[in-house]
Amino acid sequence: MIYKGIAASEGIVMGKVFLYTKEKVQIERDTIHKGTTTVEMEKFNDALILTKEQLSNIRKKASNELDEDQAEVFDAHMMILTDPVFLEDIKKLIEEERINAAYAAEKTVNKFIDIFQNIEDDYLKDRRIDIKDVGERLIRNILGISVDSLQSLNEKVVIVAHDLTPSDTSLLDKSCVLGIATSIGGKTSHTAIMARSLEIPAVLGLGNILEKVKNDDFVILDGIEGELIIDPDENQMRVYSSKLKGYTEKRNRLQRFIDLPAVTLDGKKVGLNANIGTPEELTAVISNGGEGIGLYRTEFLYMDRTDFPDEENQFLSYKEVAEGLKGKPAIIRTLDIGGDKNIPYLNLPDEMNPFLGWRAIRICLDRPDIFRTQLRAILRASAFGKVRIMYPMISAVDEVRSANLILSEVKQELADEGINFDKDIEVGIMVETPGAAITADIIIPEVDFFSIGTNDLCQYTLAVDRINEKVSHLYQPFHPGILRLIKNVIDVSHRYGKTTGICGEIAGDPLASMILIGLGIDELSMSPSAMPTIKRIIRNVSYEQSKKVAQHALMLSETEEIINYAKESARDFLSKED
Amino acid sequence: MYSQKIIVENEEGLHARPAAKFVQTGSKFQSGITILKGQKKANAKSILQVMSLSITKGTEIIVCAEGPDEEQAVLTLIDLIKGNFN
Repeated sequence: MIYKGIAASEGIVMGKVFLYTKEKVQIERDTIHKGTTTVEMEKFNDALILTKEQLSNIRKKASNELDEDQAEVFDAHMMILTDPVFLEDIKKLIEEERINAAYAAEKTVNKFIDIFQNIEDDYLKDRRIDIKDVGERLIRNILGISVDSLQSLNEKVVIVAHDLTPSDTSLLDKSCVLGIATSIGGKTSHTAIMARSLEIPAVLGLGNILEKVKNDDFVILDGIEGELIIDPDENQMRVYSSKLKGYTEKRNRLQRFIDLPAVTLDGKKVGLNANIGTPEELTAVISNGGEGIGLYRTEFLYMDRTDFPDEENQFLSYKEVAEGLKGKPAIIRTLDIGGDKNIPYLNLPDEMNPFLGWRAIRICLDRPDIFRTQLRAILRASAFGKVRIMYPMISAVDEVRSANLILSEVKQELADEGINFDKDIEVGIMVETPGAAITADIIIPEVDFFSIGTNDLCQYTLAVDRINEKVSHLYQPFHPGILRLIKNVIDVSHRYGKTTGICGEIAGDPLASMILIGLGIDELSMSPSAMPTIKRIIRNVSYEQSKKVAQHALMLSETEEIINYAKESARDFLSKED
Repeated sequence: MYSQKIIVENEEGLHARPAAKFVQTGSKFQSGITILKGQKKANAKSILQVMSLSITKGTEIIVCAEGPDEEQAVLTLIDLIKGNFN
């Protein structure tokens, strides 16, 4: 049977299933004899010590391998385990009501979950997840059921789970994981990011997959199409074996391009950069031949946590990226929250049109405290590598001026404190509103570079919500209006001796490459796995020929015509074997 | 017994990190410490009880302590709230 999910991390694998379920443990209530309460108390105390040990081990492991913010989840768990009221309640049930330790713990955990369930505040209400998570660990330890089965995989398997939490993935023995399939999650979920950074193929959002699959079932996982095939028949085996072979060959062929420069046949250099969300993804950037980071999305630092990350916390992540690139540049985008990305502790109001609402630079200019902390952290990291700053969601020049003013104040502050930073740090904006694209000539004197965010630019220019199925077909990055805006932005930047990059999805689309090169784009930034394909194209086309393609594309009136023309122009190199 | 009234002024109230800091600070004292919010009360050394009071910006609370270091305990916690948990 074939099950369709979300392709979250590229690759095809075949292997045996390892079912990772956190089945609910059935706990019976036993009344214990007066004399044996001490036995139950001992069981509880031993389990408590063991649980604390496990947590501090995971905490250590997590802070080495994951983000510090993800590691902080375990601090919250630890606080619950030292909560005097929580512990007293369990002990009272054991000693006074003579209830067995496991049941006493479960009853107390549930009592607190109920209390938090009734809290109105969403953030606090969600803390019941922490209580549940740590409570389950404690109860399993009382019952002597192993908690950390992911730690002790001894053969290569495809993990199938409902979801993998940070505490699960921090324990994974990565060398034994062929692939990951989960019931929930999407392209930007924790599991997806982790899988991509480790280059483990993953299909997420498979729904009730746990009911369909058993331990040791043979499966094919296709992280390109987003499919999981359970118990494939002969025909499917044949199809996928050849697909896997083709994929491996293509990867190997593309491998040859990794160390070659991204220049056209006639010698024009096109910067080939990667988009990342966490420092862990650097490995994939370097192994795929990235020349730098064109977009470091800092939002993930702010997510899955209970409060704003402090300056030190942010600094460590930015520094890791700056140092890891060994002199190659990294564009760090300041906080782009709002729209479809929320952080609970910011208490964003419900809005009629969140994409047109309080988001990104608008929040940062209204809440300079948040903005300053981030700018300080970025500036401090600039002493450790080549860092550039980028403001998102700019719609007019005054926003750039306001942001730059704050930046110059923060620089002065750091200078006064004697802290090192790159005094000539370059600043740019993400061009993603029509307002910014059309007034590029007004904005350019204030910045060092432009980077076009084609996803949002397309959404705002064409007035299309691409998540809305009824209108998503209108979302067309090849729309003549989008091409004209891109051309305007590039031309303006070049007139001022500055550069323009693209960090939207179109940068990694092989069909768009010739047009973008022909329009004179300086840098393309995409997911690390797309880089070898695009580099191959860059090396197989000439700038002169691309210019003609771009000029012709700009004269066409319909999106469909432009796409067909792009396909036609790309046919030669798309079909060409190297 | 020693007690003092205060209005919580920081943006996030006694959420997350402020709550954790409050509880950690309170736990350093020998005295029993209680927070009162209207009719509800919480043991100030219990993160679960403190969070379950759901203290938001602008909430008036009373911090009281009883024990050998009661006065110092209350004053320290009040200072922490006044200083926005920094």
